Amino acid sequence: MTPPFAPWADPDSAPLIDLRNVTKRFGAFEAVRDLSLTIYEREFFAILGPSGCGKTTLMRMLAGFETPNEGQILLDGQDLTPIPPAGRPVNMMFQSYALFPHLTVEKNIAFGLRREGVPKGEIADRVTDIMRLVQLTDFARRKPDQLSGGQRQRVALARALVKRPRLLLLDEPLGALDKKLRQETQFELMNIQETLGTTFVIVTHDQEEAMTVSSRIAVMRDGELAQVATPTDLYERPATRFVADFIGEVTILGGRVTTANRGGVGLAVMEGAPDLRVMTGDAPPAGTEAWLALRPEKVSIARERPAEADNALPGKVLDIAYLGNISTYHVALADGSIVKAQESNRQRADRRGITWENDVWISWEEDAGVLLPG
Amino acid sequence: MNRTLGQRLLVALPYLWLLVLFLAPFLIVLKISLSDLAVSRPPYTPQLDLSEGWSGLRAFFAELDFENYTFLAEDSLYINAYLSSLKIAGISTLITLLIGYAIAYALARAPRRWRPTLVMLVILPFWTSFLIRVYAWIGILKTEGLLNQMLLSIGLIGEPLHIMNTTTAVYIGIVYSYLPFMILPIYATLEKMDESLLEAAADLGSSRFATFVLVTLPLSLPGIVAGCFLVFIPAIGEFVIPDLLGGSETLMIGKTLWVEFFSNRDWPLASAVATLLLLLLIIPIVLFQRQQMKQEIGT
Repeated sequence: MTPPFAPWADPDSAPLIDLRNVTKRFGAFEAVRDLSLTIYEREFFAILGPSGCGKTTLMRMLAGFETPNEGQILLDGQDLTPIPPAGRPVNMMFQSYALFPHLTVEKNIAFGLRREGVPKGEIADRVTDIMRLVQLTDFARRKPDQLSGGQRQRVALARALVKRPRLLLLDEPLGALDKKLRQETQFELMNIQETLGTTFVIVTHDQEEAMTVSSRIAVMRDGELAQVATPTDLYERPATRFVADFIGEVTILGGRVTTANRGGVGLAVMEGAPDLRVMTGDAPPAGTEAWLALRPEKVSIARERPAEADNALPGKVLDIAYLGNISTYHVALADGSIVKAQESNRQRADRRGITWENDVWISWEEDAGVLLPG
Repeated sequence: MNRTLGQRLLVALPYLWLLVLFLAPFLIVLKISLSDLAVSRPPYTPQLDLSEGWSGLRAFFAELDFENYTFLAEDSLYINAYLSSLKIAGISTLITLLIGYAIAYALARAPRRWRPTLVMLVILPFWTSFLIRVYAWIGILKTEGLLNQMLLSIGLIGEPLHIMNTTTAVYIGIVYSYLPFMILPIYATLEKMDESLLEAAADLGSSRFATFVLVTLPLSLPGIVAGCFLVFIPAIGEFVIPDLLGGSETLMIGKTLWVEFFSNRDWPLASAVATLLLLLLIIPIVLFQRQQMKQEIGT
């Protein structure tokens, strides 16, 4: 069995991209602040964050359209900073696709190779190959405005990939596509990335997209990295309240640590209820403020108090979000705070017992949530 | 398609406008061009007299002929005037294009907050009468004019240049007068061009010059075509500029027309010249319209 792909965990592997204390200012505004990050060969790396977090600026610095005010960007140990965009082994797929409207699909794709001075025969071969890979062969003679959104997206991808860059940057690559096409294209992108072995860096504000495609995700906030981790770690072990809240649905309960034992703590969240039992690796000392982040799918809901549950609290159903395959129940606790619980709809809707205004019990295991520092 | 009466009237309105203000005058000019010179008022014959009924109408049409057109074809003066007009208009358009493109490019690349002011400056000359501005050029270009005084005082030339009353003065006049018509359409195409296209070209390894030739220039072609027609068409028939700046040296069809009409009082011949000029201009206009149609279908 081959070991899982995780070069970032291997101290001996050298990164492809090494950002060292990079800062970029626009006037007084710091778009990226003292940011250090390593990206490894063959990674599908996502930069995720709300708009204005600096993710686009970071990508534009990698492409060469912006120069950092401080710090260095290394590719294979070589400083990229003085090299203009045209000279970098880095290509970008633009959010608007930026296809040349006066050129056919074929000529759009061949544009970069022609500028490079690749021999004619080789250009033809490489363009044909890449068009087959992205299934554009039938559209070679079309102009961009005669293509659908999905086809245009593939032309943009092919045009950047045909240059065989060391690093491919994708700026919100699927933002303009409708949901169904977006999901299909995500898997297509992953297949292409695996086939070619090119390192991809994708910038997106869509956490689902980032979770689906990437090997690691960097969550950015206000020009800084909030957390860099694999999708699983990011979801199961968020480092901060911001990350927990940004990735997926979550309920966050605030409380005070009452007992700190090896491997677990007691957390008092409200008066008159028993302390919650939370399993955690590094327990904060008793008396400190802490937050419990609970994913809705790890919280169960029932009419009766469950006999065996590490944590159980009574409440009243406030709202039900019916999503077809699952339902999310918003349950108000005695102190007014709201906990989300998710159940998959294995039975038909009319046969389930819980509805609005019902008194219910919510419960979860001690290892279901994540304890975050106050 | 069913149209209401109101919609039909609305569609008819521009046609009515063309009929009254373009087609009817043109038919009158065409009729005069087929008439003969006469010492009368108005100075041509025959004249339509409906009081004599059907036979009068037949006699009227019998007297019309193409004599004036044969005369135009036989006298090389007129052919030379047409050719010279084409040449002057063509060269002026080319010079205007070169200067106009550079200015439009600079405008489109200027900081966004400056652009309205800069465009305003391009249009500003229109606030003064065209005639006055051409007269002002006489003051600049004449032997003892501003240009010669300046060049003499900085010692660049030993004796004054003779620009006034030469074809050079006509070129200067036309390029100056029509420059805004070249700048504005080119600026419009350059300004709306997606800047990420230039970044994409750079990202794909294109030098700045190659990006200009391969991306910017082809994408601004509609503006170039529009600008060239807007300069070329009126420049062919230009009368004021060659008359005021070109003196007797410059032969242009607009001037010939004026001389025939007002100096020689030969209305029929002048009308023939005008009709031919119109036909000459219709060809580029039709080409221009077809280009516009193609563009609209394209988008």
